[in-house]
Amino acid sequence: MTDQPAEKPEEQKADAVPEPADTAAADATDAADAADGTVDQAEQDAQAAGGKVADTAPGEPVLDKKPASAFLEVRDLRIHFPTQDGLVKSVDGLSFSLEKGQTLGIVGESGSGKSVTSLGIMGLHTVGQYGRQRPKLSGEIWLNGQELLTADPDEVRKLRGREISMIFQDPLSALHPFFTIGHQIVEAYRVHHDVDKKKARARAVELLDRVGIPEPAKRVDSFPHEFSGGMRQRAMIAMSLANNPELLIADEPTTALDVTVQAQILDLIRDLQKEFGSAVIIITHDLGVVAELSDDILVMYGGRCVEYGTAEEVFYEPQHPYTWGLLGSMPRIDRERTDRLSPVKGSPPSLINVPEGCAFNPRCPYADVPKGGITRTRRPELRETKPGHLSACHMDQADRERIWNEEIAPKL
Amino acid sequence: MTDSNSEQPKGGTATVEEPRAGETLLKVSGLKKHFPITKGLLKRQVGAVLAVDGLDFEVRSGETLGVVGESGCGKSTMGRLITRLLEPTDGSVEFEGKDITHLGVNGLRPLRRDVQMIFQDPYSSLNPRHTVGAIVSAPFKLQGVTPEGGVKKEVQRLLSVVGLSPEHYNRYPHEFSGGQRQRIGIARALALNPKLVVADEPVSALDVSIQAQVVNLLDDLQQELGLTYVIIAHDLSVIRHVSDRIAVMYLGKIVELTDRESLYDTPMHPYTRALLSAVPVPDPRRREKNGRDRILLQGDVPSPMNPPSGCRFHTRCWKATQVCATKEPPLVPLATGHQVACHHPENAPDQEPGDTEPLVRS
Repeated sequence: MTDQPAEKPEEQKADAVPEPADTAAADATDAADAADGTVDQAEQDAQAAGGKVADTAPGEPVLDKKPASAFLEVRDLRIHFPTQDGLVKSVDGLSFSLEKGQTLGIVGESGSGKSVTSLGIMGLHTVGQYGRQRPKLSGEIWLNGQELLTADPDEVRKLRGREISMIFQDPLSALHPFFTIGHQIVEAYRVHHDVDKKKARARAVELLDRVGIPEPAKRVDSFPHEFSGGMRQRAMIAMSLANNPELLIADEPTTALDVTVQAQILDLIRDLQKEFGSAVIIITHDLGVVAELSDDILVMYGGRCVEYGTAEEVFYEPQHPYTWGLLGSMPRIDRERTDRLSPVKGSPPSLINVPEGCAFNPRCPYADVPKGGITRTRRPELRETKPGHLSACHMDQADRERIWNEEIAPKL
Repeated sequence: MTDSNSEQPKGGTATVEEPRAGETLLKVSGLKKHFPITKGLLKRQVGAVLAVDGLDFEVRSGETLGVVGESGCGKSTMGRLITRLLEPTDGSVEFEGKDITHLGVNGLRPLRRDVQMIFQDPYSSLNPRHTVGAIVSAPFKLQGVTPEGGVKKEVQRLLSVVGLSPEHYNRYPHEFSGGQRQRIGIARALALNPKLVVADEPVSALDVSIQAQVVNLLDDLQQELGLTYVIIAHDLSVIRHVSDRIAVMYLGKIVELTDRESLYDTPMHPYTRALLSAVPVPDPRRREKNGRDRILLQGDVPSPMNPPSGCRFHTRCWKATQVCATKEPPLVPLATGHQVACHHPENAPDQEPGDTEPLVRS
């Protein structure tokens, strides 16, 4: 990090959004005003060009607090954690949208803000417990025409589990060891449905059967430790489906599993999505899993989106050097074996001290391609390279295409 | 990094001749490890976990043997047996022609110089209260070796060999990221210039970009130092990238053992085929096609406490016939250098052509 320019360019600060604390406070009042359509916040934000914001030309973002047309729309989401060492900008201006029946894959290294994003959508950051300071949240999350960040926590609580639910990475720590699987599913169901225990139990058995657990009527009384890893993950999925959620967030759902079980779980998620028509966000660092499931892919780096496009575009015409690095890091079982992998050098940046300019510049082999050291001074905006395909890189389209076609693609 | 060969520690290893490439370095025959299950006050044995149940293989000098299998198939136990961190129940392990199966602590000490291990979890395999210097120099201290130029200089050289900075000598493990910690573990394993390095899931705890860095590092070190690797992993893409020969394990046994090309081009054991077809391919265009080719294995691996009779895979195999439930298939070469334990292999003549009646599962 010593090669970072010491001075912070002032123009960067000038067009940055107001302090998250201010925005958070302002949000509540703004939301009320926005309902009347009186406040135009177009000039408030210059960095929110991410995602598929409807009718927004790249480079001129509009943040108008209008209800989203898409099923889920995240606009300029920022989640910052105040810590003793400084402000951790885990998510710093993320925007995307998702329709029902579609799957969005979020890819990135550990610490790129993937999981924090998902917890933010679930509304699990709002409580500051155990003496921790509350994270600072700003931006908008629209689900089905309702804004979640400014909504009453009790309202969000009613949505959680019923409209949005989540499959966690490690089922052993996400399931309570003291209660039976059945008890935990029944609990999730009865929170949102006024039914007696008998009916809820029947629902639990039905769900366990649906996710492929053998002898569900017997297994419903098992404890989590009596299940194998794959079965626990199935039980977790059963629990998250208890209320037929419309949005399912799967955070590394198969990372802890064997390939054979992973294939079963991925198939299960795919089938269930077809059956219930829900929107799915799948968060993973495994590009193989993303390619299996996703319609769209969002590549995250340092808390921001660096590339967004359809799965086809991201795998066949990736525009960002970080995406190239990820693709080059993977040994491919479907291609001829290469002698060497071409990994991204270095390690992920600290989110307290995100490198100046493009966050990826210390690790980018092409940081010097754009003239004048712009990669080290100015943060690249998310621009459309073609309709629907966005990338945050200073390089010219021509340079990127040349490098991809001549240097990267042949080595994969 | 280029001069690393000329600066090897001369202390104790200089007198040992380098084994020639292609010679058998490690020979394992009939290796078994059963962990007893005890019950009651008197610790009466009521059963055993058949973690490793009869392995035969060789590791040749200079090659990389990859070992794959699902969790619970005994691959890690196998790694600990050949490094003699566990005492085998039965069978024998020979290292450079010397039987090391039941050597005691003193007998093993010289062996520790030649056989080293890289562990899976870089967080739990490094003592948090020791500095990197203390961790990497521990092998020298234990073996009583004084490398040329002193321990500190040698440790700093090793750190630079694995891509860390010599200034990291006085830091603690918590100051490093996962990939860097794994490099510390590798530096420690290389300290005594071993011949055989057993790596148990060396990259599975790492991010994909860091994983590629460590894979490349292992590759470079093998070429520079002429190391022999046994790499245990569950990721078939990584195994294909690093290995020369590959052993596929299922419930404590090797079901297929062959070189890389034959395994990935013409897998013979149905289990290998199922494993290969389950690997998610990073290519959205193959999604449709792949879905059709995929062989979905039902259920989980059976318990190694009570493995199925006959062929252990018969409970999940779609080709299983009557004979599979009764007769255990031997591991036999069905093509040059391609050993398989199956009655009805793929890409090879059927071993039990008379038996065609599909197995009825209860």
